[in-house]
Amino acid sequence: MTVLAGGTDLMVELNFGRRRPEHIVAIDRVGELAGIERNGHVRMGAGVTYTRMLADAGSQALAEAARTIGSPQIRNAGTIGGNLGTASPAGDTLPVLAALEATVVLRSKAGERRVPFADYMTGPKKSVRRADELIVAAEWDEAGPAQTYMFVSTRNAMAISIAGLAMVVDRARKRVGIGLGSCGPTIIRPADAEGFARGLFDEAGWERPHRPSESAAKELGRLVAAAARPIDDVRGTAAYRRHALAVMGARALSRVAQIA
Amino acid sequence: MTRITVTVNGAREETAVEAHESLLTTLRERLGLPGSKNACEQGECGSCSVLLDDVLVCACLVLAASVDGREVRTVESLADGSALDPVQRAFVETGAVQCGFCTPGLVVATHALLRENPEPSLAEIREALSGNLCRCTGYGQIVEAVQRAAKTMYLHGLDDE
Ligand SMILES: Cc1cc2nc3c(=O)[nH]c(=O)nc-3n(C[C@H](O)[C@H](O)[C@H](O)COP(=O)(O)OP(=O)(O)OC[C@H]3O[C@@H](n4cnc5c(N)ncnc54)[C@H](O)[C@@H]3O)c2cc1C
Ligand code: FES
Ligand code: FES
Repeated sequence: MTVLAGGTDLMVELNFGRRRPEHIVAIDRVGELAGIERNGHVRMGAGVTYTRMLADAGSQALAEAARTIGSPQIRNAGTIGGNLGTASPAGDTLPVLAALEATVVLRSKAGERRVPFADYMTGPKKSVRRADELIVAAEWDEAGPAQTYMFVSTRNAMAISIAGLAMVVDRARKRVGIGLGSCGPTIIRPADAEGFARGLFDEAGWERPHRPSESAAKELGRLVAAAARPIDDVRGTAAYRRHALAVMGARALSRVAQIA
Repeated sequence: MTRITVTVNGAREETAVEAHESLLTTLRERLGLPGSKNACEQGECGSCSVLLDDVLVCACLVLAASVDGREVRTVESLADGSALDPVQRAFVETGAVQCGFCTPGLVVATHALLRENPEPSLAEIREALSGNLCRCTGYGQIVEAVQRAAKTMYLHGLDDE
């Protein structure tokens, strides 16, 4: 059984004859999957579209990621569940889910499974989801406003990301999450960079905004780039991706540290 | 084959569709509505833009079998006989139509924009049309056409539609 949500990935496969599923179940009109619940904790149904996230995403970084995706036509149809279902390292919501330490909720006739995002993706377009499981939601703790998503690409709209970075600073929980997209077989969490950033916030005080020094921002960028495992491909070279990540890491820190 | 019933431009249509067929194929090849164009079949060009239950989507990315019971509006619904609607007229008057292949998709996308936002800024127009490619015009006249259509529709209201 193949699930069809917005069709923005699956229909391309069908149109070009790359997949010929025998049974397709369309879930785009299942209201139970299209809800967003917020009460300190966010539960976003798999059927929530990017257009919907622009108005209400339960995460500033996720709203920013949704804004970068495709075009109005694609954002009106494409869903977070489809991004998780495709599990491409270039999926723009996935670095955000990694940085938020989100949980993927899977359900089958046998029951419900809650998988930390860190364990969900196992390779390019590969995940631990079994064929009989439906993605029903993604969940995370609301992390406050100090978060951002950025990516580099050839144009602002309609272009697959060459490298993407999400940064979430949860000031209340004293937690820093960073997720890197398009620079490895899965979404990468740069642990050293996160540790370094935590040190900066310990020093500056978690509860108040600060302006990181240029050298601190640069060091964070260096640690981010060092954690990436990029490859050369048609979209960009590994060296370009590393450089872009270092710049984005520094920029993200400077932006987020000033938001309280 | 699966039988579906779908309301297209206000008329109830019943047709059989293949399991993996896109709505674009159904419109063009089964329902005699070739206005929505087929260029890329991968959501990149927007020339197949239609309104599905009033939401702007690429018809090439909609599974025909899944529109059973739903409502589709295509570019064919806009003109009244040979009388063009304000958006179509603005495209003609500003020279935004060269080969014309992208025009139906752009006209539908413009309608979707102006319905939500009757006075879009330049940036908002570019953003709203970012999913529609044109190989001929360089977009300048297209943006102008949208501004002109916005002005007409703002002055004369939606009855002019
Ligand atoms: C022109 C264009 C531009 C694009 N730009 C971007 C971009 O900038 N960034 C980006 O990240 N992506 C982009 N995409 C890819 C795509 O839009 C996203 O991956 C989107 O999130 C897919 O969602 P969907 O609902 O359309 O998925 P579908 O195409 O319906 O499904 C995708 C896959 O996930 C499975 N699936 C879907 N929902 C579920 C579920 N609930 N449970 C289990 N399996 C499920 C399907 O079986 C299928 O294998 C673009 C696509 C196009 C055509
Ligand atoms: S034919 Fe549908 S977007 Fe190009
Ligand atoms: S007028 Fe030729 S593609 Fe736009």
